[in-house]
Amino acid sequence: MSFAPGTGLKRRRFFQVATPYLFVAAAVGLLVLLTYLPAANMFWYSLTEWRGFGPIDAEDFIGIENYVKVFTDPSIFEVFLVSIYYFVGSFLQMAAALYFATILSFNTRFSNFFRGVIFFPYLLNGVAIGFVFLYFFQPGGTLDSVLGWFGVNETPLWLGDASVANYSLAGTSVWRYTGLNFVLFLGAIQSINPELYEAAEIDGASRWHQFRFIIFPGIRRIVGLSFILAISGALSVFEIPYIMTTGANGTKTFVIETMQTAFQHHKVGLASAMAVVLLAIVLIVTWLQRKFFPDEKVDLT
Amino acid sequence: MASRKAMVGLVAVAATALLLTSCSGTDGGQTDDKVDGEITFLTNRTDLEQDGTFDRYIEEFTTENPDVTVKIEAITNYEDDVRTRMSTPNGYGDVLLIPDAVGVDQFPDFFEKLGTVEELEDDYRFISDRALDGDVYALAVGGNTFGVLYNKAVFEEAGITDLPTTPEDFLAALQSIKDNTDATPYYTNYKDGWPLGGQWTDNWAGIGGNGDVENEIAEEPAPWTEGDPAYIVDSLLYDIVADGLSEEDPLTTNWEQSKSDFATGKIGSMVLGSWSIAQFQQAATDAGADPADIGFMAFPTNIDGTQYAKIGGDRRLAINVNSSNKPAAEAWLKFLVEDSDFAEISGMISPSKAVEELPENLSSLQEAGVEFFENTPAPEGKEGLLNAVADESEVDVWGNIYRQQLIDLARGQASGTKDSFFDDLNARWGAAVEDLAG
Repeated sequence: MSFAPGTGLKRRRFFQVATPYLFVAAAVGLLVLLTYLPAANMFWYSLTEWRGFGPIDAEDFIGIENYVKVFTDPSIFEVFLVSIYYFVGSFLQMAAALYFATILSFNTRFSNFFRGVIFFPYLLNGVAIGFVFLYFFQPGGTLDSVLGWFGVNETPLWLGDASVANYSLAGTSVWRYTGLNFVLFLGAIQSINPELYEAAEIDGASRWHQFRFIIFPGIRRIVGLSFILAISGALSVFEIPYIMTTGANGTKTFVIETMQTAFQHHKVGLASAMAVVLLAIVLIVTWLQRKFFPDEKVDLT
Repeated sequence: MASRKAMVGLVAVAATALLLTSCSGTDGGQTDDKVDGEITFLTNRTDLEQDGTFDRYIEEFTTENPDVTVKIEAITNYEDDVRTRMSTPNGYGDVLLIPDAVGVDQFPDFFEKLGTVEELEDDYRFISDRALDGDVYALAVGGNTFGVLYNKAVFEEAGITDLPTTPEDFLAALQSIKDNTDATPYYTNYKDGWPLGGQWTDNWAGIGGNGDVENEIAEEPAPWTEGDPAYIVDSLLYDIVADGLSEEDPLTTNWEQSKSDFATGKIGSMVLGSWSIAQFQQAATDAGADPADIGFMAFPTNIDGTQYAKIGGDRRLAINVNSSNKPAAEAWLKFLVEDSDFAEISGMISPSKAVEELPENLSSLQEAGVEFFENTPAPEGKEGLLNAVADESEVDVWGNIYRQQLIDLARGQASGTKDSFFDDLNARWGAAVEDLAG
């Protein structure tokens, strides 16, 4: 038997220790290649005035000039005003999701059907939703027809009227993402110990009291998480307005502006700087939110 | 201890992998003079690939050049996809149509030189406006002229007897369409956007009969001054929308739908290049309407009664500078330009000077006595300057962003007046001109 003591054991020990790292190496490798490397490249591009293809010459390097431009040009930050519509919409979203999650976590009739219906929009592709709602908002389209049944005949141009367009788009966004919040809240609510409800009912608590004192504290963490997602989502909203209006008629958001700067005006350097600034803003907002509304562990007993 | 070694080993592997990814491909280009091998042709004509036209071309080509295999890659989202692929030396095929985003000054980085202007200008049209320092890098697949597509039946129903030759006459004609018919006089195609871009800008030259206008505007600090081409074009668009002569909700327009609407008489006119005539005639046949209703007129301006129209190359064909089969690629390119009927079936002006007649669908322009001319090339060192100024100022004259803003303004959806808008354009353009001249 060629069992040489020492070498065989060493090899086995090496593989025992290295195996988990080897399993992870593929995933980490892809993560670095497809996420961190392009992000690092983006930081590099933001210091140049590259046109988007072709070699980057030495004279293209301009240091922090792009960042100066981002902070001194008012038209770049103006578009954040459009994000406010989506931010307010996200409050409606969370309220609706919380309401549905609460009533559907108790024994309601057909609760499974309603859960499916509410979550379904989130599963649809954003582009498909964009096109569907384009037909929905057309003059004489679905929304106008439905309002006509209720006798409302003078409808504004839902996308053509700049004062209404952002509401229409924010509404589409709320329709799409309520399902996600709903599922998160539902999961969190269901993790609350059902004995607490029984105890509360015996003590004579109404549904509203149950919500306020049992459910809400129990899902505080998820609500906090949803809030962070809502803010960063509102700041970086892109898909819905881009598909439906390509940002025209006063519906341009910051990310759409970044895209146009990069691909229509061929200013990849400036666009990269804008993307880095957006990242910084989202990080700062998240940090502020965690600082002022810290995530304490809640004891429900 | 062993786990640390494992970590170090894995980091080394990961680092090597990263380094390898940054290595580019092999330095392509064997110096092979024989016309053989496999070449890839990138095209945006998915329709021609589907109906077998390209297969027919490949057959014709390989009877002359049996050792060459041609692979066709038809890409739907051509502009964006090919522009991205051009970051990889061997990623954009052997023969391709040049995406609009590539400036003339960048041609030598990506494309193979085909010859000089002197060598080629006896045989080909449309080469000097995209030449760099007298070198030619691309041949056009065909040429177009620019003007206004109109529906003859709608114009007749509205009682318009003479085609308008001034902007005021054009507006009056649209007004009579609105008063006397149910058709939308003008369709902007705002949502799809691209019909608001180059299709309008290409008319700058025809307004003044000036083939140098694009080069001049690249250095002009205030192009949107009354009486100048840029002003006339954008002012006409503004007036059309402000007078209510365009569609009610521009945000929900649809290009494909507009083709059949135009053919069936629901739309009166659209500013498009002559490449559209063949497409709309096809749409008319598909919709059961009469293709003879599709008419084309020069842009409604004139100089002492004569109308002018620029003819320009459509898409340009070029050879990848990193191709490993350049002789074969060149043979295919020359075949497409000289021997195939590509320009003919698209209703375009032939790029080969061997073909002297204008295509049939431009006969109405010839009858009207429209004078045709080509753009003059940019002065040396200033190729691509117009694009650079447009990018720098963010007034995308070949794109649709600023014209969409113009339409928003004309509809009252944005604040400002026509004059304030043009003043702002002039300010931005002037600043960019100064920036790039220095």
